[in-house]
Amino acid sequence: MKKIKLLLVDDEKAFLDTITKRLEKRGLDVSAVYSGKEALAEIEKNKALEVIVLDVKMPEMDGIQTLVELKRKAPLMEVIMLTGHATVETAIEGMKLGAFDYLMKPCDIEILIGKVKGAAAKKREHEEKITEARIREITERRV
Amino acid sequence: MENLSAERNVFYQELSRKIRIMILAISFFPFILTTGFLFYRFNLTYTEKIQAHISELVQKHTQNIDTFLSEKLGNIRYLAYQLEYNTQSPQLFLKKNLELLETEYPDAFTDIGIVDENGIQIAYEGPFNLENADYKNAEWFQNAIQKPFYISNVFAGLRGHPHFIIAVKVNLGGAGHILRATINFTRFNSMVENIQIGKTGIAYILNADGQLQTKADIRIDPTVIASLVDYKNPESRTIITEKQDPAGNTYLYAISTLKNIDWSVVFRQNVKDAFSELQKTQMLTLFLMVAGCIAVVAVAFTLPRYIVKLISTAETKTEAMNRQVIESGKLASIGELAAGIAHEINNPVAIMVEEAGWIEDLLEDEVLKETENLVEFKRALKQINTQGKRCKEITHKLLSFARKTDSTIHDVEVNDAVVEMVSLTAQMARYNNVIIETKLEENLPFVRISPSELQQVMLNLINNAIDAMEKTGGTLTIETRKSRLEQNHIAISIEDTGPGIPKENLDRIFNPFFTTKAVGKGTGLGLSICYGLVQKMGGKIEVSSQVGVGTKFRIFIPFQDSLDEATPNRFNSEIV
Repeated sequence: MKKIKLLLVDDEKAFLDTITKRLEKRGLDVSAVYSGKEALAEIEKNKALEVIVLDVKMPEMDGIQTLVELKRKAPLMEVIMLTGHATVETAIEGMKLGAFDYLMKPCDIEILIGKVKGAAAKKREHEEKITEARIREITERRV
Repeated sequence: MENLSAERNVFYQELSRKIRIMILAISFFPFILTTGFLFYRFNLTYTEKIQAHISELVQKHTQNIDTFLSEKLGNIRYLAYQLEYNTQSPQLFLKKNLELLETEYPDAFTDIGIVDENGIQIAYEGPFNLENADYKNAEWFQNAIQKPFYISNVFAGLRGHPHFIIAVKVNLGGAGHILRATINFTRFNSMVENIQIGKTGIAYILNADGQLQTKADIRIDPTVIASLVDYKNPESRTIITEKQDPAGNTYLYAISTLKNIDWSVVFRQNVKDAFSELQKTQMLTLFLMVAGCIAVVAVAFTLPRYIVKLISTAETKTEAMNRQVIESGKLASIGELAAGIAHEINNPVAIMVEEAGWIEDLLEDEVLKETENLVEFKRALKQINTQGKRCKEITHKLLSFARKTDSTIHDVEVNDAVVEMVSLTAQMARYNNVIIETKLEENLPFVRISPSELQQVMLNLINNAIDAMEKTGGTLTIETRKSRLEQNHIAISIEDTGPGIPKENLDRIFNPFFTTKAVGKGTGLGLSICYGLVQKMGGKIEVSSQVGVGTKFRIFIPFQDSLDEATPNRFNSEIV
């Protein structure tokens, strides 16, 4: 199976470095950036990205703002919100804005991988449906 | 604090004093001014009215007496004129005319006589034997002989009791004679005696020398009489004056002068008697004034106390409210602080947990697998992980503590709250193979409580029930209805088919920190919080359980019946 391409966004460098190594060890294709702006630049560069794990509380551009921008640029991108400040309100806001799920820090690595896999599967399913639709459109046009 | 209280007491006393002075000043000034002015005006008017009344009465009687005297003088003058042309004997003339006069004016004349220029009564008709009586030296004769007509003072004379005469000069045979007639003194006296006003009002007549001309039952002080005569008034105007006798009694005098003779009609009444009605009114006014003053003083002393009490109560309430605001402010800052700390701790803890996880991952490598202390490493790493999660639990609890609970009271539809909580917990129930059934009675009355608090109670109970059936699955039944046990209460029951609660635990179930859940899973506060919240709503919570069958929680929340406004906390012991 194709490796899931994951982008981690968090301003906590120590946290990000360790979790990147752990996820890579578990067979994920992980890239990591430290801010919302970098994340937006990364999705422009790396079109193959499938899932983004996004910290809610970050300086300058926070998780919610980044989420809005990300969804605007790549609507099919699945985002999992990661928060140390686990208020229901923030989580609900993220979900309303199109996040796939949310997780509270510190999180279990297996649960995180489970949610990432779910998100990737959803994205792939979406893309497959789009592809199918396009194929049908093209074939029907020829008829 | 004591200083503050003492200062406040001084302030209240000062405030009380100021209000009192203000009330007294504002009330007394216009009150006394108005009452005094009205009192003065009333006195003046009333006195004038009484004096006018007496004056008028005396004037009228004086005119009557004057008329009487004029009339009698006229009679005698006419007789004198007739006498000059008389051809009969004088005796016969007198007899006939006295009879005539007595018929016309009964009781007016006592006798009638003719006196010659030497003072000898040459003819007489009357009840006394006065023919040939010698009046030469009589005072009246001396006066009468010099004037065409004359009315004498009252005197005892030859007959020995008071009388007065009317004398008219008449020319008989070229010589000057006098026709004299005695006026019936009793009749004349009664005319004066008739003037009676009040209890002490009497009237009498004084001559120019201040001698009494009528009978008076009272002793009249000569000095007073002398001073009254000074009031003789040539214009016949009635004079009103007040005099005090040596005994100290003050009398009101009304004096009026007769036209025909130098006499004065004097009316005398004790001032106290004359103005008795006025005095009564004065006393009443005085009484009302004193009563008014007492009332004002009473108000001036009680009202400030009442006002100060109100202000003091209001201030105490405000202080209590301020304290509450400060307390809640403190709590809010503690909450904010806790939230900040929780968030700041979460990040390093997350890193620690991840690092431990990373070491765990690395231990999976082959080389390290042979390490002697591998078991110990793994145990230690697992412990780091577990403790990290504990930290997470603590910080999350701190965050929930900081979150504000909305305890605003609204009209709540219980069924809506139940449906909302059921939908929230539906997924969790599904994971645990729990079926949630609801039996909701329609048209339940609204309850006035905090919706958030009801949600909290419901969610705690539903979560507990689902937790209880976690292993086995089961049915959770939620029922709402109007209580048949408690009047004006809505009953919500939450029943599970879990393992049930042993009897020994049942009594302690609402105690704080009592829990049967595994360490780290429950705080033992959930049911205690529920108990407190239901109490706050004015209701009660009950539990019944049977081991192996299930547990049933029942909540009773009071509602305000539109017809019968029952007290929320009253429970009936009615058994259905």
